[in-house]
Amino acid sequence: MSETILNVEGLTVDIPLGSGTLHAVRGIDFALKRGETLCIVGESGSGKSLTSLAVMGLLGKRIQVGAAKLEFEGRDLRSLTPRQMQALRGDRMAMIFQEPMTSLNPAYTIGDQLCEALQLHRRVSKAEAMAQAADLLGKVGITAAESRLQQYPHQLSGGLRQRVMIAMALMCEPDLIIADEPTTALDVTIQAQILRLLADLKREMNLALILVTHDLGVVARIADKVAVMYAGEIVESGTAKAIFDAPSHPYTRGLLDCIPVPGKTKPGEPLGSIPGIVPSLVGDVAGCAFRSRCALANDACSETIPKRTASGEHMYRCVHETLISEVA
Amino acid sequence: MANAPALTAETIVAISPGAMLRRRIFGHYGLLFGLSVLALVVAAAVFAPLLADHNPYTQDLFARMKPPFWMAGWDPDHLLGTDQLGRDYLARLLYGARISLLIGIVTALISGMIGTALGVAAGYFGGKVDLVVTFLINVRLAMPVVLVALAIVALFGGSLQIVILVLGFLLWDRFAVVMRSSVMQIRGLEYVNAARAIGCSTTRIVLSEIMPNVVNNLIVVMTLEMAHAILLEAALSFLGLGVQPPTPSWGLMISEGKEMMLFQPWLITIPGVALFLLVLAINLLGDGLRDVTAPEAKG
Amino acid sequence: MLAFALKRLGLAVLVTFTVSVISFSLLHLSGDPAAAIAGENATAADIAAINRQFGFDRPLTVQYTDWLWKALHGDFGESYYFKMPVADLISDRLSITMLLGVCSISFALLTAVPLGVAAAVRPNSLIDRTALFLSVAGQAMPSFWFGLIMIVVFSIKFRLLPPSGSETWRHFIMPTVVLGYYAMPAIMRLTRAGMLEVLNADYIRTARAKGAGAGRVLFKHALRNAIVPVVSLSAVQMGFMLGGSIVVEAIFALHGAGYLAWESISRHDLPTVQALILIFSCFYILFTLLSDLANAWLDPRIRVG
Repeated sequence: MSETILNVEGLTVDIPLGSGTLHAVRGIDFALKRGETLCIVGESGSGKSLTSLAVMGLLGKRIQVGAAKLEFEGRDLRSLTPRQMQALRGDRMAMIFQEPMTSLNPAYTIGDQLCEALQLHRRVSKAEAMAQAADLLGKVGITAAESRLQQYPHQLSGGLRQRVMIAMALMCEPDLIIADEPTTALDVTIQAQILRLLADLKREMNLALILVTHDLGVVARIADKVAVMYAGEIVESGTAKAIFDAPSHPYTRGLLDCIPVPGKTKPGEPLGSIPGIVPSLVGDVAGCAFRSRCALANDACSETIPKRTASGEHMYRCVHETLISEVA
Repeated sequence: MANAPALTAETIVAISPGAMLRRRIFGHYGLLFGLSVLALVVAAAVFAPLLADHNPYTQDLFARMKPPFWMAGWDPDHLLGTDQLGRDYLARLLYGARISLLIGIVTALISGMIGTALGVAAGYFGGKVDLVVTFLINVRLAMPVVLVALAIVALFGGSLQIVILVLGFLLWDRFAVVMRSSVMQIRGLEYVNAARAIGCSTTRIVLSEIMPNVVNNLIVVMTLEMAHAILLEAALSFLGLGVQPPTPSWGLMISEGKEMMLFQPWLITIPGVALFLLVLAINLLGDGLRDVTAPEAKG
Repeated sequence: MLAFALKRLGLAVLVTFTVSVISFSLLHLSGDPAAAIAGENATAADIAAINRQFGFDRPLTVQYTDWLWKALHGDFGESYYFKMPVADLISDRLSITMLLGVCSISFALLTAVPLGVAAAVRPNSLIDRTALFLSVAGQAMPSFWFGLIMIVVFSIKFRLLPPSGSETWRHFIMPTVVLGYYAMPAIMRLTRAGMLEVLNADYIRTARAKGAGAGRVLFKHALRNAIVPVVSLSAVQMGFMLGGSIVVEAIFALHGAGYLAWESISRHDLPTVQALILIFSCFYILFTLLSDLANAWLDPRIRVG
């Protein structure tokens, strides 16, 4: 067992609105060790992006973040000053965003932006920083790195820009990288390349990776651990193998049914879908948030939902003790 | 149990567009302020003969420079006092509102027609037409408005009509710029292509498909240009090269009062505040209309 | 970049030429210059003599080409009123107007940009509301009236500043404030709107994720992008200020080019007015040309095509 990089317990994110408080993330737990990849899966609005921004301390002042435990490399992030948090960001923990087209500053060269990430945290000369940047651009698969450093973001394609973003995240050799839907905005062929790159880099540099996505295809390819989020809660979590082999929460099952499986799904057969919409999280929310869309829902679902253990690390939140796989 | 959510799809849909607009208008204090002040000025201008006991042109050399009501020694017969020729200041102020509003409205109409025609043509046809119009806009912007207006008015001889015509032919640039870009955005939209596909004539497409969608912007520019024209007329008249005495133009009143401003500062403060309030009201109305009709373009 | 600059330069020359044609014909068609020179009591014979003397009897195109040819050589003719070469007259006066223009635009930028940034960083705060109030008031304030009020308050009541003239730097304070305040609202609004937009951009979040501090994010990453449109607006405002200088110089008796314009227009001094219109236009065209080039240089998307 290697060291635990990130340990989160009872994380909440509350957004005050004119009409009440939006409980966007409602008490989630997860932990991550060096060398592991955790995929946080969920549909848009499930709170997965907010979770990653909360860990990075990138949410605005208006948004309240709470947690029973929020430890990064043994340090309590809740007790850090904004300045200490700023020193961690980009150094020990880095982030890659969804929109490579708009995530780079149009006014500065790629080289300047890469160097900035290093020079903010290390006392290095510009030349040393440039050398490191060129080296990393090569590592993320960009050829002619030296000339790319002189270019501006608008001269690069989306795939290249996302590689630059990855290189930027790696500049200080962080222990944790959070990638928020890093492939969503890219072409399908490029998506696969970027994912393989992330997986390779994680192994090579022995870092912890959190990948936020709504795409179960991505999860199947890269994840060690999976956390399925729904309406601000983790409804099921465990190793990727456990989740895919024995999905225990009706929502996870629903998600898996939406994916066509070659050989199994017959031509012409309609793909699975989950009817209904995500409930509003403004005001007090109790019971299972999925019950209005769930085929197995009964009166007990509006009570407090127990957290159940399926096997080992595999947990899920449902009133049904044993999953009735035939019904779902 | 989950409590009733405050915002669901149903409650959002339940608000009609009209109610939404009303809500935005009544929540916008600038707009309300602008509208009320403008309404007051319009009423003052329309009912000037009823509101003023005096003729704005009648001189009374025995009642010169009477102070207004907040100062000692004021005459109940002249609420805002009299000027250096003994003319009633309230009457001149009220009749002056007519001049300012007339200048503002007619100028905005003339320049609005010129600018809209050019802007819509450029935006709709693009290509060479656009090049020519853009060039004209550049030429117009390069001409110093105050200087050119002063020179032409001076050569023709100042009169209300000349000032209106000169300003009308000079202030069309913003109409052209705004209409050009608004029409360009709309030109490529599906429904315009659809109208073209079913064989609508150009005139018809412009009048019934495009104009209704840019009329908001047109009204906003119109208010701003009205304010601009009112300020310019006042400046021209102040410099003695606009509307000529004895017309009760606010700019002229300030110009006439400035000789006496050492001892009778209210001679310039009264018409100045009136001018400021009117222009402020029109600007706030314009800004408010833009915020209300296109909340996303706030800034 | 070079092709862009050349194209822009060609356009500028063409615009200047068109402006000169239009202003020349406008001035010559809007009145009888000979009658204006001769004065009220002139006889028909006097006017005919003046027409011959100044060449007003020639076709307008001939007069124009003659004027343009001389203007290109720096000869704008002789002032009817001042009885001296217009070129000398204007060059004497221009320095004061230039000084006033530079002071005013600096004043406008130094107040508008910080206010706009502060307002964008804290929307709806006290500072945002103050900035909004200042800009709304500034747009509605007639500058000639504002100038008079300043004279009443600072020269007459408190005797702090001289009301007219251009001898010392103190004479320039009130004109600078009046003319600068005229340009401030638009710059402030654009800075605020630009900063609001840029601060919501994804690359600002990237910069924060890198561990950049608030000041660095604001000035290095946000302002650098928001300032680009402000540069072009400032150039346009500087051009408009030349027009505004007529009013301001008239109020404060600042004997610059604006004051000269007022004097010569009042006296129907056609050659001087003609030359001033051309020079003011040229300045506007030059400012916008420079700002376009500056923008191209500031924005790599234009610079590196």
